[in-house]
Amino acid sequence: MRIEEHPILGSLPKAQTVWIEVDGKRIPARAGEPIAAALLAAGIRVFRTTHRRGEPRGLFCGVGRCTDCVMTVDGVPNVRTCVTPVRDGMKIETQRGLGRWPEQK
Amino acid sequence: MAGAEVTDIAVVGGGPAGLSAALAARQTGAEVVVVDENSAPGGQLRKQIHKFFGSKEHHAGQRGFRIAEELAAACRDRGVELWTDALAYGIFDHTLGIVRRGTAFTLTARAIVLATGASENALAFPGWTLPGVMGAGAAQTFINLHRVLPGRRVLMVGAGNVGLIVSYQLLQAGAEVLGVVEAAPRIGGYAVHAAKIRRAGVPIWTRHTVLRADGRGQLEEVTIAALDENGRPIPGSERAFAVDMLCLAVGLTPLTELAWQAGCRFEYSALLGGHVPLHSEDMETTVPGLFVAGDVAGVEEASTALEEGRLAGLAAAAYAGHGSPALEKEKAAARERLLALRSGPFGSGRRHAYEEIVRGWLRWSGAR
Ligand SMILES: Cc1cc2nc3c(=O)[nH]c(=O)nc-3n(C[C@H](O)[C@H](O)[C@H](O)COP(=O)(O)OP(=O)(O)OC[C@H]3O[C@@H](n4cnc5c(N)ncnc54)[C@H](O)[C@@H]3O)c2cc1C
Ligand code: FES
Repeated sequence: MRIEEHPILGSLPKAQTVWIEVDGKRIPARAGEPIAAALLAAGIRVFRTTHRRGEPRGLFCGVGRCTDCVMTVDGVPNVRTCVTPVRDGMKIETQRGLGRWPEQK
Repeated sequence: MAGAEVTDIAVVGGGPAGLSAALAARQTGAEVVVVDENSAPGGQLRKQIHKFFGSKEHHAGQRGFRIAEELAAACRDRGVELWTDALAYGIFDHTLGIVRRGTAFTLTARAIVLATGASENALAFPGWTLPGVMGAGAAQTFINLHRVLPGRRVLMVGAGNVGLIVSYQLLQAGAEVLGVVEAAPRIGGYAVHAAKIRRAGVPIWTRHTVLRADGRGQLEEVTIAALDENGRPIPGSERAFAVDMLCLAVGLTPLTELAWQAGCRFEYSALLGGHVPLHSEDMETTVPGLFVAGDVAGVEEASTALEEGRLAGLAAAAYAGHGSPALEKEKAAARERLLALRSGPFGSGRRHAYEEIVRGWLRWSGAR
């Protein structure tokens, strides 16, 4: 959920809308924000599943330290979505396990 | 490698400690570069929308993010180079390995100040890995910096300052905070912060813990329980809450990877948050020309981070050949102010812990 009005920070500043594709679905994002912010704003909370047990993972540290939030971005696996800004037309996939590099597909 | 950069003083981390170190070093005429991995300088301060405590000279009464803006502006005015989006991934003697926007290069300095801050601790219990369970700092970053609420109904674990402040900020962001769970018999944070969330109707349950988190695919329910005198859950006291967010505010640990890699000697201090690099009264580690300041030198507050930064910046400048009698006086004044900050019921414990680290450094230096 986007915080449109805030008692201290005021109204959400205007930002350019860019579009990203998440598992084939187009969702809007604010230019410059991290991928994870756009996903959470769209109600997407599961970013990947683990290698052995297929357990779900999502945002955990929010500052690029824990790697719980990694996804496959434009074909590159293990991208930390909490610190990687969106780009128009970016293709994001829920990552299964360790992910696959393009040449392995 | 794109190249090899050279400067007098390199500062890793652009939080209050790093920016203050940079300003102090720059004032001696030294050339200073600050390296920070974020898109803007300020460190923790960027996420702090509440008014800070302390004295006037430490920006008391000002909101954290404003303090960050002021420090960064002062740095720019005075010719400190601020490199954002720049991660220092390694340290090799007096050379830092840096990755900035996909390019790797090195930065060599006469003296280096590590001001990398701290990272949040986690807490393990069944279900703690479910999406929806996260650090309180993660929640704070997303609501205050990115303006997105990661959940709507929240439980907070930990009634230290971080847990209390982030609970209040979650309310301000429009979330429903069901309560704060604290294992200790007493609230750890300042009474004002606790009073604020209590006034807003948020209960604080001391002597309670999280038993488990459950949900299909993501967090749906959290079970808490009361603890007996021995810290064991009391059977029958379990309570379950339907929540989509559980925040963990269970302490910070100094972010010391670079100091370890540089070969610094450490000592463990529970009060300062974990292993802390031994350092002198001038904040110099056991590696000559390598200084530390702020939370990496022991988790404290922004005010102490500013003063430690100042001290480290001045001492680093002196090491790099920019020393003077006036500079020595300023260092002494910064030490005096640190002493004053580390007094009173909350500060004196930290003062002893800090002195223990300096004693460790003196023992090391005597045995050399
Ligand atoms: C919720 C909360 C509320 C607080 N409230 C108060 C308060 O009211 N009053 C008060 O005095 N203090 C308060 N504090 C504490 C204060 O914010 C910290 O003590 C202070 O920010 C520490 O400063 P620092 O410069 O050491 O670290 P930080 O502010 O953490 O800055 C370190 C910076 O270094 C960067 N970095 C780390 N490693 C690298 C690397 N390898 N390469 C590049 N960059 C790197 C980090 O990303 C970060 O930007 C609060 C803290 C929190 C979490
Ligand atoms: S949530 Fe920890 S790295 Fe992104």
